[in-house]
Formats: sequence, C-alpha cells, structure tokens
Amino acid sequence: MTAVLDIRDLRKTFGAVEVVRGISLTLERGECYGLLGPNGAGKTTTLRLCLGLTDPDSGSITLAGLPVPRAAREARSKLGVVPQSDCLDPDFSVIENLVVYGRYFGLADRTIMARVPDLLAFAGLGGKGGARIQMLSGGMKRRLALARALVNDPEILFLDEPTTGLDPQARHLIWEGLKRLLAQGKTLLLTTHFMDEAERLCDRLSVMDLGRIVATGSPRELIQAHIEPEVVEVYGDGAAAWGEQIGKALAQRCERAGETVFCYTREARPIMQDLETRGDLKYLHRPANLEDVFLKLTGRDLRD
Amino acid sequence: MNWPRAKDWRAPRVSRRFVYVWRRNFLVWRKLAITSLLGNLADPLMYMLGLGLGLGTLMPEVNGTRYIVFLAAGTVAYSTMNSATFEALYSAFSRMQTQKTWESIMNAPLELDDIVLAEALWAASKAMLSGLAILIIIWVLGLSHAGLTLWIIPLAFLIGLTFASLALVMNAVSPNYEFFLYYFTLVVTPMTLLCGVFFPVERLPATLQAVSGVLPLFHAIALVRPLVAGTIPSTPVLHVAVMLAYSLAGFYLALVLTRRRLLV
Repeated sequence: MTAVLDIRDLRKTFGAVEVVRGISLTLERGECYGLLGPNGAGKTTTLRLCLGLTDPDSGSITLAGLPVPRAAREARSKLGVVPQSDCLDPDFSVIENLVVYGRYFGLADRTIMARVPDLLAFAGLGGKGGARIQMLSGGMKRRLALARALVNDPEILFLDEPTTGLDPQARHLIWEGLKRLLAQGKTLLLTTHFMDEAERLCDRLSVMDLGRIVATGSPRELIQAHIEPEVVEVYGDGAAAWGEQIGKALAQRCERAGETVFCYTREARPIMQDLETRGDLKYLHRPANLEDVFLKLTGRDLRD
Repeated sequence: MNWPRAKDWRAPRVSRRFVYVWRRNFLVWRKLAITSLLGNLADPLMYMLGLGLGLGTLMPEVNGTRYIVFLAAGTVAYSTMNSATFEALYSAFSRMQTQKTWESIMNAPLELDDIVLAEALWAASKAMLSGLAILIIIWVLGLSHAGLTLWIIPLAFLIGLTFASLALVMNAVSPNYEFFLYYFTLVVTPMTLLCGVFFPVERLPATLQAVSGVLPLFHAIALVRPLVAGTIPSTPVLHVAVMLAYSLAGFYLALVLTRRRLLV
C-alpha cells in the first residue's frame, strides 16, 4: 500500500481563529476516506490546504508524491475535484464544459473528445451532451461535475459534500458512480455530514470537530469503540421523566434532545420490557450507527 | 478590505496554460459575438454621430479638423476604454464571484496568476475589437483614409490592456456589482471629460490640464487623434510608455489584491 496523501500536523489560522488545529492523516491507494464533521469543523479548509489554494501556518502535505503547496500545480494535474457548489460553466453545453475543462490540464481536444462518450455514459448524461447547464436538474449537474473531475483520468478524487442538496434518487446514483470508481482503483477523499453516506462508502473515516480529528477508523470500528451497540429512542409527553427515573437506571447512557430520550445500551431487553407496560410512550429500538458516534463525539449543539 | 500580506507581493508566476482561460472567454464571446459587438457599437456611435453632426454645425472646425473627425478619434479611445472596463469589472466579477468559474479553474493545474493575466489579455482583446469596429465606421464614413490608422489596431489593444488592468484592481476589492458605479462616477466619467474626447484639452484651465496630463486616456488620445488625421504623433514613445506603466502597475496591484481576496 502506498500513501497517496500524507498530512502531518497541519495548522491554519484565519484572523484570531485557528480553524485547523493539528491534523494528521494518511490516505492509502484505492481507499475511500471520509472527513466527517459539523459545519465549521475545518473539512473544506483541509481540502483547500491539500489543493494548495491556501498555505498552512505549519505542518506538511504530500499529495501524489509531491510537496504541497510548493508543487501544488503539478499535484493538481493528477487530481480530480468535485467542489461543493458545482461551479459548472453556465455559458457552455454539457460537452463544452468537459472540453474546456480538459484543456486546463493541457489535454488535446481529440484526447478529450475521445473520453467524452465514456464520461457522459458514466454520468448518465448520454443524450444530454448538447444540453445547456440551466436545463439540467441538480442531480445531473452534480453528475456532470463528477464527470468533469474525471476528464484528466486522475488517480485521486476530492469530493466536497458530493450529495448535499440532492434528492434520494440522485444521491443513490452518485453513490453508485463513486463505488464504480473505487472498483476501478481510484482513491477518494470526501467530506460529508451524512452518516449514511460515510457508512456506505468509506473504508475509513475521521470525525472532525473544531479543527481537530477526534476519532479515526472504519465505520464499524468507530461504532464498536465509541458507542454501545443498541439504541432505544423514547418519545412522548412523559419521556423526560421516564428517562430520569427508569431509563438512566436501565441503560448505560441516556441523552435527552428536546422531547426525545436516547438510551444507549448493551442489553435493550429490560428497557423494552418496561416500555411495553406503558401506553403513553412511543419508542424505537435500533442498532447503533455512525450518527450516534458522531453526536457523541461532537455533541448535539447546533453549529451555525 | 484586508491589507495584503507579505506573500501576496511576490512576483507573478504564470504558465502558458493561461491561454486556455483566454480561449474559454473567447468561446463564450463567440456565441454572442454579433449582439455583443452591436451593443458595444450602438452607444459610442450615437454619441459620435449625434454630437458630431449636431455640434459639428456649430463648430465646423476644431484645431483645424472637422469636429466629427475630431470626435471620432476621441470615440475610438473612449469606446475601447469602456469596453475593457466593462469586461474586467462586470464580466470578470461574474466569473470570479457569481459563477465561481475561477474556483473551478484553480482546482485544475492553473494558478490564480494565470487567470488574472488571461482576464487582462482577454479584456484587452475584446476592447481591441470595439476600437476596430469604430475604426471601420470611420473608414466607411470616409472620415479618414490614412494608412496610419492601421496603427490604431495594436494601439487599441494597449489601451484595452491599460484599462483592463486598472479595472481588475477594482474587481479585486469590490464587494458587489454596485461598487463599480463609484469607479465610473469617480474615475471613468471625469477622465472622459478631462482627456479630450469631446473637446480639446487646451480649453481647460491650466490646473485641470495638468491633471489630464497624468491620466492614461490623455495619452491614448494623444496617439489616436494624429493617426486619424494622418500625421505621426509627437513623442509617441512617451505616450506608449505611460500606458505601459499603467498596465504593468495596474496588473501587478490587481494580482496582489486578488491573491489577498481569494488565496485565503
């Protein structure tokens, strides 16, 4: 296994705020790595630092074997980027977007045109080559942004919140595309705040909060290491009182968010038995997931 | 506005790939070329013909030439300036801020320096076409047949580059489109009135003449007007040097301020 991205003790300050506070991580070839974090965790800044678009205050970055920011331009030639706001060119058709972007990599027009049919097929935009950008749906635009990031046949892809703002059908299509890329051996680094996305796609992930990495591992490892395996969510008028009197005693951990009580436990049966005797409370029993880990590590406070 | 940091002042670092950014803008322009050219032409043409024919009857000759010929030379410079200014303000701002075209380009192996250079050269190219369009009308109307007018074509590129560079400085510090109105009200319009587009600079009070002498449009017109009249301009090297100095200083300052804005 070779590291395609190696970040050591990266720091970045904006004004008085240190937004990246000592991040280290290593991406192995062919893996999908996720950066998870609430808004303002420093995910996008970390990506910008890796692209050489902003200089770190300290720390080192090696991308595709090249030092960044010093050789950022050359490193970017081996990279594909899907930005958060697609940044497609509204003055161009679908194909023109691909051709014009491919030229930025120094590719000859005939090289790009030879790749276009595959890229369009990959993006599910087969019949849309001549369409104007304004005519595309949100999902199509994102798929085109993904195809555009592949125009230089990169080894590595950076995806900044690739499915934010898309409907479920469109999200599944993007996920299918990303899985195909992984099957081809590409390396993906994606930021997201969707836990199901991270759980589905990522081999490994880091949970970021306030500029730091607070946990790293595979989704399964993180769930095992940080959280009790079962969750009972209890809601209804008496939920809070029930949590204080009974929930706390029966579960390893109880958290309240508004009118809902979350009981984290290794053995849910006693809790379920108690709840079955009561008619006033609704409840949901489920296995613990990444979202529970995320909320435990980053808290339930809003980050606006 | 944030003050530039030490690293923002480093020398420009451009690659030959800036050409692809220029081509991108050219490709967009080509789709709307006819409407764009007509739009660029309509306004200066109406001024030139309206004022030239109307005022021309009141003052048949200005400094020994017909007023409409006098005005036509001013219009070439003024319309080239306007074309470059509009492109480097509103269009460049759209690409930088609204459409985030620059952002996507910077994810490719290009630097911000390549983009700012391409924008300056593109605005100059487009302005050259505007100048050329006015020149063609001058030829068609028979206002000038001098072979020397061919020099106006490369000169229009330099005029365009000068005003594109200055406009890109404004682009770098502008919070929104409305901000550009200040530039027109405080810089472009006074310059147009002071630099001899509509009447000879010598008619101004001495202090205003002195101000006019340091403005780039003055030097542009000092070259265009003799060429239209079919004579070789006096001190051409000085006028070209002043415009080059404005271009280079403007471009460098625009680069520094744009780095400060985007490379954070």
